[in-house]
Amino acid sequence: MNSLDFSIVLQAWPYLWSGLLFSLALTAVAFVVGMVLGTCFALLQHFEVPVIAKIVRGYIALVRSIPLILVLFWFFFLVPIVLGHLSGSGRPVPIGATWTAFITFGLFEAAYYSEIIRVGLRAVNRGQFEACQALALSTFETYRSVIMPQVLRVASPIILSQTIVLFQDTSLVYVLSLTDLLGAASKLAQLNGRLVEMYLVIVVVYLAISSAASQGVALLRKRYAIAGARR
Amino acid sequence: MVQQTIVDETGRPQAIVAVEGVVKRFGRFTALNDINLSVRAGEKIVLCGPSGSGKSTLIRCINHIETHDSGRIVVDGVELTDRMGDINTVRREVGMVFQSFNLFPHLSIIENCMLAPMKVRGLSRAQANERARGFLRKVRIHDQADKYPGQLSGGQQQRVAIARALCMQPKIMLFDEPTSALDPEMVKEVLDIMVELARDGMTMVCVTHEMGFAREVADRVAFMDHGAIVEEADPETFFRAPSTERARDFLGQIIH
Repeated sequence: MNSLDFSIVLQAWPYLWSGLLFSLALTAVAFVVGMVLGTCFALLQHFEVPVIAKIVRGYIALVRSIPLILVLFWFFFLVPIVLGHLSGSGRPVPIGATWTAFITFGLFEAAYYSEIIRVGLRAVNRGQFEACQALALSTFETYRSVIMPQVLRVASPIILSQTIVLFQDTSLVYVLSLTDLLGAASKLAQLNGRLVEMYLVIVVVYLAISSAASQGVALLRKRYAIAGARR
Repeated sequence: MVQQTIVDETGRPQAIVAVEGVVKRFGRFTALNDINLSVRAGEKIVLCGPSGSGKSTLIRCINHIETHDSGRIVVDGVELTDRMGDINTVRREVGMVFQSFNLFPHLSIIENCMLAPMKVRGLSRAQANERARGFLRKVRIHDQADKYPGQLSGGQQQRVAIARALCMQPKIMLFDEPTSALDPEMVKEVLDIMVELARDGMTMVCVTHEMGFAREVADRVAFMDHGAIVEEADPETFFRAPSTERARDFLGQIIH
């Protein structure tokens, strides 16, 4: 076997870098969209809003029972056709691979974040709600100032692990011929035949980013920990 | 909003809390069965009775944390119905202290006391801070203002909870077994604050088994059993010569 040659990685670095940026951008957008939508979904269920809560439940059950890669496929091929019918022209309206990725990941992650937030809401002591009622706080203030800050603190470790999984899942965009970090590496590896080096390097990159994220959140948790809270 | 005027038959000052024929059921269990209770401004009422007798349910109905199924509850001239506006009007004037404190664990002591005055009464941060410091001083815990609830003892937390309720400057204070969750050595520090509050003229409805407190401050003791007020008397009469068998049994069990 040839000796390892990492110089190839240095040459390829700009391409890998653009792949990495895409992975990070997709993670960030899916995180923000997923958390905002997911929180709404969780609250709709929490308030047991008639009909809508049931629809949300069904949506989450559906999303959680199909693989992400399948959702990407379906969205990429089906939604343009549906849009075509809706627009009346009958011709598919292409939404493009990049938009497909951003929208699909956001909608998909929303289902998972929603479940995390929903469980977090259930973990808040009933007495907290009663104290808010007794103080005449509005429902909005109750959730904004008292309930959600506690939910997010309780749920933050699970939210983090979900987000790390999300970051790793971004590699699935290869089915849409988009180039993320893994996609960039495998294209280069096949081009120059340096599979071992390329895959070793991106393992290190994934490892570094994921563990840095864990460390960062651990620091945040220390900084924002509820003083005196019993765990 | 429906404004009601209540003057009792002797023409004394109108009741600030009027509970008339209130019934509350949990499924098939009747928690409150035709309750009548009226509290005049400045009065201190102690509710006692065996567990499950409905005393906590009753005071939780007064600020609509529990909803009553029938009968009327009028607080400070506002009848409690399912209109949210009226409910919040009542809740602004009724402070409540819970058995389990229910402080907000993610907020510091001072922030616990500032939240509702700012969000509900519309005070500025500076005004709310000044008011909170005043009431924290009153409950003798101002030196802990920047700590968090989890860093305080149970007795300290309950005193903060009293200060937090007082920061809304309520007309009525409800106490739902405020000392039941405390270690014995912390009961007195909380009761002392409640006695001071009573001396200041606060209208108070207290669910408690602290009979020393009841003797010292209560104008009336209402004894409840099986969802009904069985006996209502001034503390002297109630403790010396309870008129019902059930009250005698109850007193025999709690006074050692």
